[in-house]
Amino acid sequence: MSHKLITFWRIIKSGVQNFFRNATLAVAAMAVMIITLSIVLFSVIANATFANTVQQITDRIDVSVYLKDSVTVNQREKLTADIKANKNVKSIKYISKDEALEIYKKQNVSNPDLLAAISQTDNPLPASLSIKPIDPNKLNELKAFLDSKEAKALQSDDTSYSGDRKEAIDKISQATKFFREIGFVGVIVFTFVSMLIIFNTIRMSIFNRRDELTIMRLLGASSWYIRGPFVVETVIYGVVSAVVSLTLCYILFVVSASNFDASSLGLLDIKFSSDYFVHNFWVILGAQISIGVLIGAASSLIATRRYLKFKSLS
Amino acid sequence: MILLDRVTKTYNKNHTALDRVSLHVEPKEFVIIVGKSGAGKSTLLKLLTCEERPNSGKIVVGGLDYDKLRDRDIPLLRRKIGVVFQDFKLLPNKNVFENVAFALEIVGYGTHEIKNTVPRVLDIVGLKGKEKSMPLELSGGERQRVAIARAIVRQPKILIADEPTGNLDPKHAWDVINVLEKINRYGTTVILTTHNQDIVNKLKRRVITIDEGRISSDRANAKYHAEGTKQ
Repeated sequence: MSHKLITFWRIIKSGVQNFFRNATLAVAAMAVMIITLSIVLFSVIANATFANTVQQITDRIDVSVYLKDSVTVNQREKLTADIKANKNVKSIKYISKDEALEIYKKQNVSNPDLLAAISQTDNPLPASLSIKPIDPNKLNELKAFLDSKEAKALQSDDTSYSGDRKEAIDKISQATKFFREIGFVGVIVFTFVSMLIIFNTIRMSIFNRRDELTIMRLLGASSWYIRGPFVVETVIYGVVSAVVSLTLCYILFVVSASNFDASSLGLLDIKFSSDYFVHNFWVILGAQISIGVLIGAASSLIATRRYLKFKSLS
Repeated sequence: MILLDRVTKTYNKNHTALDRVSLHVEPKEFVIIVGKSGAGKSTLLKLLTCEERPNSGKIVVGGLDYDKLRDRDIPLLRRKIGVVFQDFKLLPNKNVFENVAFALEIVGYGTHEIKNTVPRVLDIVGLKGKEKSMPLELSGGERQRVAIARAIVRQPKILIADEPTGNLDPKHAWDVINVLEKINRYGTTVILTTHNQDIVNKLKRRVITIDEGRISSDRANAKYHAEGTKQ
């Protein structure tokens, strides 16, 4: 083995020894880091869950424009083209009178009275254009166009906007935004607190071992040989904290989801959360470890830079 | 081997520790530096190990010009110079073998090399059989010899001993001096600072006297009369 490789190995070994030697200090540092990482994890999962809820409701939203029977194919195509020109339109689908009847029949299979009422007369259902908006919160422009005289003249009934759903989406969107902001602030605050605590842990550790570190420096140990073990020690904090935080979240999401058998608790769809957690487990583990290692390494690098200056022998 | 050219070191405006000191030490020389406390002996040694930087003047040790030395080169310089301190600076939780091995570990020696080298060096300083002893179980003289073993284990060209006998009784002091002489015979340049006039007078080596930051005398085999009680 080359001298460099041996030195690298000794730095790692020394870092691991320090970790166990400083066990009591390490527990405090890791506790805060676990909280930080758990907040990050919760924020990510809650975000994904809310986004999923919004998406599911959004997908069901459409705007239906009912056409008069007298509307010609040309008029219909012109109207379709005009609606498509709107930036907020994802797709537009023509439902003919016959198709509308089919859909009506399917929807009312269990209600023979309603079916009988329809079949006895001519098809009373209007043809329609079903519009899927990109953002259901920005329908004003489309609404203005559909309410214009020109467009109104072709419509048999008022446009249907699924109004109640829009309100629900608004509420969820607001809640999501609120939680995202709280999560963001929480992550920042706790990252700062855990960096501060790790910083102090390393400072105490440097203070406890100052004689040994002075001797190392006087004997010609390189700066990295002295700093390295402290960085290794805090990297271990990061990895252990990530694993503990993930285990806690696993118990909370996956185990509770199966125990309560609650597919939905209000806005928070636990089933989705636990599925999301399981499907993205390796990505989440990687991210958690990276964040933990980053927080640990950054704090110890700053602490060692600041406190490992031995200018004099005494 | 060591060259100082008009080296000045001031700690603040009122205190000049070294004032235009010029000095030349040949390879394999044994030089004793004497002087009162605060005369500038320790400052001189700190300049040699690069713990302090001079305000002006030139220092060249073993061909290395300190003006051109960057901070990250300092560890490399210290690996070429062995240093022994008055207070030993041993690691109390490591045994004799581990203390000496420590100097090799930090520069990347392999376990096999360490196991071969350390016993040989402990033999030179007369501590064979004490490998497993902890520093606190040893006498002052023995501890200082462990420190010397640690300083020479990497076979430096220069050994700096800063008051190595300061904390020792006469018998143990001579044990340490004898080891230093032995190392010098092997070809290592030795710089020794001391207050002990008995040692200076019996050694019959080159003696440099520093007084108030200046070299007041530099003579071969000079006599030294310590003033008052020191150390």
